[in-house]
Amino acid sequence: MSETGSQNHVPENLPEHGSAHGSAPATADPFANPGLPPHEPRRQDIDEKAAKHSERVVAGLFTLSMLGTLGFIASFVIFPVDKIVYIFPVGHVSALNFSLGLTLAVALFCIGAGAVHWARTLMSDEEVADDRHRVDADDELRENVRQQWITGAKESGFGRRRLIRNTMFGALGMVPLAGLLVLRDLGPLPEKKLDHTAWQKGKELINTNTNQPLRPEDVAVGSLTFAQPAGLNEADDDFQTQIAKAALMVVRLKPEDIKDKREREWGHEGIVAFSKICTHVGCPISLYEQQTHHVLCPCHQSTFDLSDGARVLFGPAGHPLPQLRISVNDQGNLVALGDFSEPVGPAFWERS
Amino acid sequence: MKKLSARRRHPLAALVVLLFALAATGGLYAALAPAPKAQADDSSQSLAIEQGKKLYSVGCASCHGASGQGSHNGPTLVGVGSAAVDFQVGTGRMPAQQPGPQVVKKKNIYTQAQIDQLAAYIASLGPGPSTPTKDQYSPADADVAHGGELFRTNCSQCHNFVGKGGALTHGKFAPSLKGVSAKHIYEAMQTGPQNMPSFPDTTMPSKDKAAIIAYLNAVDTAKSPNPGGFTLGSLGPVSEGLFAWVFGLGILIAVSIWVAARTTKAKKS
Amino acid sequence: MSTTTEEAPARRGRPTNPGERIAEWTDGRLGLYKLAKSNLRKIFPDHWSFMLGEVCLYSFVILILTGVYLTLFFHPSMNEVVYHGSYTPLQGVRMSEAYSSTLHISFDVRGGLLVRQIHHWSALIFIAAMIVHMMRVFFTGAFRKPREINWLFGWSLLFLGMFTGFTGYSLPDDLLSGTGVRFMEGAILSVPIVGTYLSMFLFGGEFPGHDFVGRFYAVHILLLPGLMAGLLVAHLILVFFHKHTQFPGAGKTEENVVGTPLLPIYMAKAGGFFFLVFGVIAAVAAVATINPIWEMGPYRPDQVSTGAQPDWYMGFSEGLIRVMPGWEIRAWGHTLVLGVFIPLMIFPLVMVSIALYPFIESWITGDRREHHLLDRPRNRPVRTGIGVAWLTLYFVLLIGGGNDIFATHFHLSINAITWFVRVSFFVAPVITYWVTKRICLGLQRRDREKVLHGRETGIIKRLPHGEFIEVHEPLSQQQLHVLTAHAQPKPLDLGPEVDENGVERKAGPVAKIQARMSRNWYGDHSQIPKPTVEEYEEITSGHGHH
Repeated sequence: MSETGSQNHVPENLPEHGSAHGSAPATADPFANPGLPPHEPRRQDIDEKAAKHSERVVAGLFTLSMLGTLGFIASFVIFPVDKIVYIFPVGHVSALNFSLGLTLAVALFCIGAGAVHWARTLMSDEEVADDRHRVDADDELRENVRQQWITGAKESGFGRRRLIRNTMFGALGMVPLAGLLVLRDLGPLPEKKLDHTAWQKGKELINTNTNQPLRPEDVAVGSLTFAQPAGLNEADDDFQTQIAKAALMVVRLKPEDIKDKREREWGHEGIVAFSKICTHVGCPISLYEQQTHHVLCPCHQSTFDLSDGARVLFGPAGHPLPQLRISVNDQGNLVALGDFSEPVGPAFWERS
Repeated sequence: MKKLSARRRHPLAALVVLLFALAATGGLYAALAPAPKAQADDSSQSLAIEQGKKLYSVGCASCHGASGQGSHNGPTLVGVGSAAVDFQVGTGRMPAQQPGPQVVKKKNIYTQAQIDQLAAYIASLGPGPSTPTKDQYSPADADVAHGGELFRTNCSQCHNFVGKGGALTHGKFAPSLKGVSAKHIYEAMQTGPQNMPSFPDTTMPSKDKAAIIAYLNAVDTAKSPNPGGFTLGSLGPVSEGLFAWVFGLGILIAVSIWVAARTTKAKKS
Repeated sequence: MSTTTEEAPARRGRPTNPGERIAEWTDGRLGLYKLAKSNLRKIFPDHWSFMLGEVCLYSFVILILTGVYLTLFFHPSMNEVVYHGSYTPLQGVRMSEAYSSTLHISFDVRGGLLVRQIHHWSALIFIAAMIVHMMRVFFTGAFRKPREINWLFGWSLLFLGMFTGFTGYSLPDDLLSGTGVRFMEGAILSVPIVGTYLSMFLFGGEFPGHDFVGRFYAVHILLLPGLMAGLLVAHLILVFFHKHTQFPGAGKTEENVVGTPLLPIYMAKAGGFFFLVFGVIAAVAAVATINPIWEMGPYRPDQVSTGAQPDWYMGFSEGLIRVMPGWEIRAWGHTLVLGVFIPLMIFPLVMVSIALYPFIESWITGDRREHHLLDRPRNRPVRTGIGVAWLTLYFVLLIGGGNDIFATHFHLSINAITWFVRVSFFVAPVITYWVTKRICLGLQRRDREKVLHGRETGIIKRLPHGEFIEVHEPLSQQQLHVLTAHAQPKPLDLGPEVDENGVERKAGPVAKIQARMSRNWYGDHSQIPKPTVEEYEEITSGHGHH
């Protein structure tokens, strides 16, 4: 299988591979391990001037490190914590962060560089071989340990006295249950918590931007508005937990563009309200494409069709976004007609 | 030359040649590709609307119809308002140059006067959002922190937390907001260009829009502070991870190779 | 009086050197000299790839040092405060104390931002280094007996490291990490039967609740680092005890270790390397921003930013969750969320298969000997192919995890990228396995050629009778040894189907699988036979050739 035509080991004019150590194949086994090659000295080993030069380099590196530390201290003292300075090409950086970081880097790196250079050029680089020993025990040791074990086990009576053994296992097996039980109060039981949100019949839709009730004439076709139930205040203790389920996305489509009958009925003159919480793993969706009526979730790219019951078009979501049934009240503000008809957010085992 | 010819068998030689060829081709294209030019019928005494109509018929009618009613290639412009024209033409998106999932920003080929004329003509076709005034879009005196909260509620899901842009479905995208003028940002929110939804004054009042612009001015300009160093695009962990592998681990491996390398021997063997 | 204690061994007299006196004092209490005897001049082999583990060790130490500093300033509390600190774009905004204290560290504590950045960059580098170190160990077969347990310790460090990182970057309660915690909660909810219970217990109620930052804090600063420190010590003890592996070469055998001693060379090189690693990481933290939480804003469950990825080492699970189709099975009043549960299960399954690999390989090959000489990857094509296939899978999933960033930067459709990853998940590892195996076999052939015919010099010579030949240089014995030192085992033999008495012997199904896989590993199409001494001598003797 040689493709290179003829090869010829013509002895003359060959570039000699200059290694004088063990290059001639031993007649016994050409592939045998030739043994450790003899040590080749470095310049520093034979030339004292080169060694002195290395020594100066190492000392210079250690000195540079000291200067780095001094620079660190100086920067810490000189620069105020809020000073921003323009450094090309990094940008408008914190003068303190930049200078502390670089001086620290110099201080640390040069210690390392000095130590390594010292090792590489001045310490002995002679390769040495050390013996390995088998990890496992030899026969004598194995027998010794075996005997010790047998003697000890017999003395314990463990094998003979079954009652002790069984009850011991019982006791040791049960006691961890106490440790597990005290973890019970880590949290409440789920019960029906995930099935309900703060939305109820008659709750007005509040525009998250303005904190004012939302009116149908405010919402234009092609616009995107976010709403939350009236009565939720950012300063409330459980605000985050409530908004994690109650956040709402309100869009307006031309009624003839809505393909799903129930969606049209549950909206108000083309204004439809859907849960903002993705049914995949709970990110707020809200990348609304007004021309296609698709809404995309930025986390894992689940795509829902808001003109067709928010059904899943693409991506890992398993079911459509829940829609909130809305209407207007006597003041002309948009209100919910009840809670969502199914749990919002990610699916879970008990979700029917 | 001997060094070069000895190196020609190097495994990376082909790669070097390829990279050079690619760079040369790309560079020549970028330097020599033709740029479009604005054309208009120039008649000295026309009202703005008539002038706009002339500009329109040359630069826009082929896709948007002779009187703005739309066609297969472009939507109707009746009711889009002067704000939409100011935005689309002012950012160079219009006239659209090539088909694709969405129209992209390019070099603007009209002067502001021409844009105003076009805008006046389109506004005359039907009522729609008008070009905002300076007091509407100026971010001076706006609450930057409130703008940030509004941005994170309404905008960051498409445009990223500091407006660096993001992906939409099927090749569409929300562009980066860096370097976009306050007026154009306001107009985009007002009119909802292409697939961007609109945020009219009824749901996002004018001063809220100004606050958002003020926030972007604080965090998304060439002068915004980046205290920690290179922003790596402000794209989050993806670019940070790439940097950690390439520069962090890469430099450390290079250092390891130095530490463990064979020291130079006294005689060259 | 009779002495029941040993008499102190005769001493020369007290040493005058103060250092020696301290050493003797300590030895009298700790028996140090016995330990020092075997370890002071312990030999370690030199190769840059052996330093990858040190990068892991030192970045871990840096994490501990900077981490302790951060605990002095961080408030692990979800109590809400209104911000009135120095960062203007967040003035008057409501946020948790965790977030506000992180802003304080970044903007008001001198050196705080630097330490935060060193901490986070170290974490990214720590896990990257662990993966590269693990792959070095894998490709060179350093996980074989007696080092299987050490492989498990290292694997555990990797696994725990990923979770330490996740809990760590979720502590500031910013918009990006909070989105990740929400994802985790949704994933826990998808677990059948107990999902909702687990979620309620972990979060102390519904998401987000008031507890998770405090609980993550305890896990991140105490539980996981404690476990990792213990595993790390065990990992290093085993390296010392087993002695480090080495590549085959002149003077190196299975029964020795060749290199330079701990004192002074390795103390200087390894000790110095700590400072080099720390210096590089400090430089990176000086010039590159990481996790600018002030730009992201405090976490609110109804806000999100695009480009919502976790730190890179969770990218593989992010890819899984993005490309999995949304399969849900609804029946009898319950929902089985396969679209989330399957990716959640694949992630640990792949990790477990990595953990078990040494045992799988030794079962297939039937190899029970100790190994201290490393393999060259080309000599183990099946193992190398498997390693490259797994790395391909990992990389494909990283692309899936970053699909929106790739879409915007390369002007592609995210839907197209998602489909690409879905298909490549199955196809790409197979292709790269096959290609890698062919490349390894090709390299083995080339080695064989080099041994038998020498190295191609590229020098053309014209012979007296006019023929042009390329001059080949014979290899030195050291080179010949390295290229032929590898063992080439034979596949397991099931034995004859009928034994010597004519009774049928049937091998069980497990044994049959074992033999089949062993043929795959070591059969004719998986390794090129090494050149034999006879072949070599025949060629070099000059007979039969030009």
